[in-house]
Amino acid sequence: MTPRREGAWVGSAEVFAYRHASEPYHALTIVAPEVCAKASPGQFVAIRAPDDRSLLLRRAFSIHRVDRRPGWAGTLEIVFDIRGRGTEMLSKMRQHQPIDIMGPLGRPFRLPKEPTNCLLVGGGIGAAPLHFLAEELRGRGHRVDFLIGARTADHLLHPIEAKRMSLTVTFTTDDGSTGKRGVVTDVMPDAIAGTKTRVVYACGPIPMLRAVAHICARMKIPCQVAWEEVMACGFGACLVCAVPVRLSNDGDEDGWGWARCCTEGPVFSASRVHWERVEVPGAPAHATAGS
Amino acid sequence: MSDFEPRLGVDLNGVRFANPVLTASGCFHYGREFEPYMDVSRLGGIIVKSLAIKPWPGHPPPRGAEVSSGMLNAIGLQNPGVSAFCDRDLPWLLDRGATVVASIVGNTVEEYIRVTDRLRNVPGISAIEVNISCPNLDDKSHMFSSSVDATSAVVRAVRRVATQPVFTKLSPDVTDIVAIAKAAVQGGTHGLSVINTALGMAVDTERFVPKLSTFTGGLSGPALKPLAIRCVYQVSRAFPDVPIIGQGGIWTGTDVAEFMLAGAWAVAVGTANFVEPTASIRILDEFRAYLVRHGVREASALRRMLKEG
Repeated sequence: MTPRREGAWVGSAEVFAYRHASEPYHALTIVAPEVCAKASPGQFVAIRAPDDRSLLLRRAFSIHRVDRRPGWAGTLEIVFDIRGRGTEMLSKMRQHQPIDIMGPLGRPFRLPKEPTNCLLVGGGIGAAPLHFLAEELRGRGHRVDFLIGARTADHLLHPIEAKRMSLTVTFTTDDGSTGKRGVVTDVMPDAIAGTKTRVVYACGPIPMLRAVAHICARMKIPCQVAWEEVMACGFGACLVCAVPVRLSNDGDEDGWGWARCCTEGPVFSASRVHWERVEVPGAPAHATAGS
Repeated sequence: MSDFEPRLGVDLNGVRFANPVLTASGCFHYGREFEPYMDVSRLGGIIVKSLAIKPWPGHPPPRGAEVSSGMLNAIGLQNPGVSAFCDRDLPWLLDRGATVVASIVGNTVEEYIRVTDRLRNVPGISAIEVNISCPNLDDKSHMFSSSVDATSAVVRAVRRVATQPVFTKLSPDVTDIVAIAKAAVQGGTHGLSVINTALGMAVDTERFVPKLSTFTGGLSGPALKPLAIRCVYQVSRAFPDVPIIGQGGIWTGTDVAEFMLAGAWAVAVGTANFVEPTASIRILDEFRAYLVRHGVREASALRRMLKEG
């Protein structure tokens, strides 16, 4: 028999802290040494909403930060905005409460082998996994620059921390309340030139990822994107979180298939995503009965 | 009650499972994803994700939506095709000691025949489950399972080719499930899987769009359970000698007991696997404890223990 595959840790962990620095973001720090020991940037955890038998599925959250100082039980932090009853309940969790968690899940960001200039591009809550990534990259001697966009100044995720972790930070907001008015991709070519970027890491809404991937392809810069898609299981069993990917790089239009965001992602090379087949959420494709 | 070891094995008129807890098609993929979390040979059986004659791509996202006590899915029967399964997944399952039931789908009767033919004499397939709850291209936009004639035609065709016992999986979305069950029995089905998901729909009221790319999709999870129990009860009372694999929202050991008291010979765990990868093993352990607690020495005896006045 081939050896058994290693899985994620599943069990009851403990809430260490709840933080609500400002609207709209909430943060939970969770004591989960087994998860932290194996976690890499870009991976996620799947968490059950507490105390409600009617919400059954786990919710996937990218790992925002990991703290694994020697002598301390490892903690990880997730950030979220309230999108429904499940996240609302998670926002009411407080220190010492038990929390059902599974992780780490998914494929992480691949890190450059040689010291390299890395541009981290985040949109809204999508900046969450980039903080963990920035820490890891800096620890390995890479240069980190941030480009963070959001609707308003309030929607910029933890901007002070981003500044602390990087050489330069560029902010954009839709309303111009902080940084440049516009979206991240407006300033991205200049940011790439100014920081001599060799690798781009991006996480955010799909239209943003599409635009980031387009710029990187044009400028011939390798780009990895962290995807967000509706999930049910988080470990590859249900096939809910489908992402269209190219099966080969020969540009063959028919050479595509669905990849599972949870196990084959959530981090994908931007050149692997079949962008022509990516649909913007909220624009249903066709109306036939499902199965 | 003194402690004893209840007999968990069940015999579905010749199809034997080491215990009555199987995993439902579409909810356990082809097993590998669960290996880190459990010994798959402990399961009564694995009903694998439905297999077509060639790979099916499935539907675009979003393919899933959470609803109260359940979920909706619109996977669209994505599968790698029966040959890829036989070459790649079946050997792994058998190597791990799993008991395998092959679920099959097709758009036409001819496609069902071809999948069944591919499975002929393939060792290690305990039974074939015919998923007739997918769109029927022969009969435009209807499912095979919603028509008496289509059900009996597809079951008869599969039976003619199959070398393994055939179970037919029924949909609850019919006026009279007993009439469809009768068609399957007359078509020569060995047993019945009761039930598949029920068609449901959910709307995102913030964005004014359906939550699934296909608008409607299959409802599963505990929300479905009372409907499934009712269907199992009705079908088992009409056909007491036809083995039934009960499925629909099983989450605990007592849910297994409820299905068996309603007339199921075995059960299959579905959506719970997604939330808790070890769910089916926990459910089996809870069911064993239930039997001990109630002094029931044989799992299969439950089927005849419902007090009906």
